[in-house]
Amino acid sequence: MTDGAEIPAESGPVADEAPGPVFAPADDLRAVERLRAGEEAAFAELIDRHHAALLRLARAYVHNPALAEEIVQDTWIALLESLSRFEGRSSLKTWLFRILVNVMRSRLRKESRSVPFSSLGDGEGDEPAVEASRLHRTWMPLAGGHWSSAPARWEDLPEERAISAETRAAVEAAIEGLPDSQRQVITLRDVEGFGADEVCNLLGLSGTNQRVLLHRARSKVRRALESHLVGAER
Amino acid sequence: MSQRGAMSCRQLVELVTEYLEGTLPPDDRARFEEHLAACDGCGAYLDQMRKTIALAGRLREEDVAPAARERLLASFRDWKARPA
Repeated sequence: MTDGAEIPAESGPVADEAPGPVFAPADDLRAVERLRAGEEAAFAELIDRHHAALLRLARAYVHNPALAEEIVQDTWIALLESLSRFEGRSSLKTWLFRILVNVMRSRLRKESRSVPFSSLGDGEGDEPAVEASRLHRTWMPLAGGHWSSAPARWEDLPEERAISAETRAAVEAAIEGLPDSQRQVITLRDVEGFGADEVCNLLGLSGTNQRVLLHRARSKVRRALESHLVGAER
Repeated sequence: MSQRGAMSCRQLVELVTEYLEGTLPPDDRARFEEHLAACDGCGAYLDQMRKTIALAGRLREEDVAPAARERLLASFRDWKARPA
């Protein structure tokens, strides 16, 4: 890299790359070899595999779609420029997301915006996972703290089968409506399938904070899905 | 959580993520499972939560806008042509 503007050296992917065994799948190593050799098809394959996912995370930070798109474009260029430093300590996917987060950080810093990075902040109180009215109040004898309106099993929603466009849209909308930090965590964990440790690493969160954000996010998406499914039955 | 005794539904729903993450201390985990075995409502709740997670995982596949793809491939050619 010549200018070092997009990935500041101190927070670049290289700094996080601890020496150690190679964890990247053989496919990743081969893809990097092909990129270094200038094979355009290898780049096209990576774009098809990861671009949408990168964009999804970028949108959880910046709500302007054009800016999110630009940040992801910069991420791909930064990947090419840091190729020589990829040693396979992580998967290519993790490496790419790390670059994205770094590009985003330096971009947001430059625009001197208040940086909406994952924190427990978000001006959110300690909201309950379930509407208070669904459960009996704690002080009530016997029924205290138990369901007054118990949830039903979603029998019509087998996990294996394809979901309807409406249900998909409902989940999508619920995630989009979350506060940024919750949206970032659920996007990485549940949509993209990253593990808890990777997400803590990427977003700079403690294990506990990551869990609290994930819990709030999942609880709200479940709630939205419940009202969607109840509405759909009628 | 340090209280002894049975877990309420209200407590259980707040511990679902820790339960699924496998981060509940053993005695809380035992009380969680004890409650679950006796409470249909909470069983259904946990099931809904699992399905919510599975559904989020199905949002993934999405196509790349052709214009964005073209732009990226053009940047690749620029990068390639650049003197090392």
